[in-house]
Amino acid sequence: MTSTTQTNYGDTIFRNLTRAFAFLILLLIVFMVYEMYRTSASSIEKFGWSFLTRSVWDPVQEEYGALPFIYGTLVSSAVALVIAVPLSVGVAIFLSELAPAWLERPVSFFVELLAGIPSIVYGVWGFFVMVPWMRTTVEPLLSDHLGFIPLFRGAPYGVGMLSAGVILSIMILPIIASISRDVLKAVPRVQKEAALALGGTRWEATRIGLSYARSGIMGATILGLGRVLGETMAVTMVIGNRPAISASLFDPAYTMASVLANEFTEATTDMYLSALVEIALVLFVITIIVNSFARLLVWSVTRKNQAGRV
Amino acid sequence: MKYFKMMLLGIAASAAVVAAQAQVRLNGAGATFPYVIYSKWFDLYSKQTGVQFNYQSIGSGGGIKQTIEGTVDFGATDGPMSNDQLKEVKAKQGTEVLHIPTVMGAVVATYNLVETGTDLRLTPDVVAEIFLGQITKWNDAKIAAANPTKHLPNKTIIVVHRSDGSGTTSIFTDYLSKVSRTWEANVGRGTSVGWPVGLGGKGNEGVAGMVKQSEGSIGYVELAYAVKNNLPFAALKNKAGEFVGASFESVTAAAAGTIKSMPEDLRVSITDADGKYSYPISGFTWLLVYKNMKDKSKEAEVVKFLGWAMHDGQSYAKDLYYAPLPKEVIKMCEKKIDSIGK
Repeated sequence: MTSTTQTNYGDTIFRNLTRAFAFLILLLIVFMVYEMYRTSASSIEKFGWSFLTRSVWDPVQEEYGALPFIYGTLVSSAVALVIAVPLSVGVAIFLSELAPAWLERPVSFFVELLAGIPSIVYGVWGFFVMVPWMRTTVEPLLSDHLGFIPLFRGAPYGVGMLSAGVILSIMILPIIASISRDVLKAVPRVQKEAALALGGTRWEATRIGLSYARSGIMGATILGLGRVLGETMAVTMVIGNRPAISASLFDPAYTMASVLANEFTEATTDMYLSALVEIALVLFVITIIVNSFARLLVWSVTRKNQAGRV
Repeated sequence: MKYFKMMLLGIAASAAVVAAQAQVRLNGAGATFPYVIYSKWFDLYSKQTGVQFNYQSIGSGGGIKQTIEGTVDFGATDGPMSNDQLKEVKAKQGTEVLHIPTVMGAVVATYNLVETGTDLRLTPDVVAEIFLGQITKWNDAKIAAANPTKHLPNKTIIVVHRSDGSGTTSIFTDYLSKVSRTWEANVGRGTSVGWPVGLGGKGNEGVAGMVKQSEGSIGYVELAYAVKNNLPFAALKNKAGEFVGASFESVTAAAAGTIKSMPEDLRVSITDADGKYSYPISGFTWLLVYKNMKDKSKEAEVVKFLGWAMHDGQSYAKDLYYAPLPKEVIKMCEKKIDSIGK
């Protein structure tokens, strides 16, 4: 850059303009955090750190605590990932390695189509189709066979943590599956061919491909995680909206995003509004923490991979 | 270049909108419950007079907030403003806010019991104890006592309530607080409360959907919603000791039953009302108007519109599943409306 003697004004303007755009994003985030902190000041002042550990949510007595919502958000996200990740990696392996071309295109198309469906449509479908099915079939089946685990005990309401996890997993499956497929396709052909040439089976060759694609698949999972943490409408319709912590996945629960969507419009008192904004702040911070942690994971895996390859 | 042209077009279009706005335009915000009749009223009224309305149904809480901040010409709410809020608005806007009742609604207890059928009867204690989680089975002796001829199954009661803050919840919990000391002490009244038991459904449709899907469930929805969707709902024992089903007549009767105790500012709850024919979970919905507006031409239009709503407007109520105001209340409202700007 410094080697050019002529100053190119176009370049300078372009560089500064794009830099301004980038800083605008940072500024926006800082401004959002500041604004949320300011609006939630009275709640922060009244409850302090105990806001994060209290389980009470009583707008009448003006007593607020975020623990059931934090729990609900984290557990429903975990359930969603547990279901979605193996499924989508399976889909991705089939599409990239095994499927014949005539099948791959239509299946890929439908997987990507799933990603374009608005979340309210998932919610309505979940509420009218999936929830009754969960209540009459899935939950009784689970409690009959796996009832010895506390996770699968209790009355099958249909709505609850499990339903929320399942609907979320369906929503993130297309994101994880289609990115993982692209990542697997980008694995150098020679790697797989070498494995096969050495007498490896198809499975062994795929495994080599998977170890190459590991960081990409994890990145895809992070994108999915980002969506489940903030998903609102579909979850609200199937989770049962009860701010309580329960060992069973059948029981109703509540997420941070849902309580915001539900109660924001009718939050009449300042303290109530302040507590809700603090929930938003907590959600924001948790999203950052979870994402940084996931990124750290990707980074360490990538580094190990590179070290192994040298 | 293309974008530039589009921008120019956009500016031209918004300029045209501004020109059209020269006529009076009233901005309002608030309750969702009366939205259907309000939009009918605004549409008819603007066709007749040319006054434009812009009403955002953002919820009663939002309506009160915007009225306090003075960002709207009128607000709308299902639950009256508190004394503190009235003080706040006086301090901020330099004028009082008047509550003008427009129509009435009611909340019904809808249930799903195939064997029992329609016409379930419930007493106030039973409703409160069910929602407190103290009565947990449908064949409880207290429910049976009110329904001697009915078959009540040995099923667990699944309680369903609203998860979103709403005026419907406010009326329902106000009723429970009046009929049950335990409820008042432990839960209380509000647009959202800390429910002792139950599942939360979003909106009337969320509650109704969950009740329809799960046998043995009970929830509460707006009367209008229940009537439109043919949901079964329970007859409730009122203050006079009669079992009364919810209907537009019994809701209007509830308002008539509270006329004598109607406060001067018309901020009144009519749940658990006196009168033989009164349905006990009824409520007003109000428009919030400023006693003195800075813009006098707008003020005149608000007064004219309110007068219209009290007379011509009332005739549209029943078709849209709202209960019209009793004549006595309309008289009280007119007195209030007359005082605007004076």
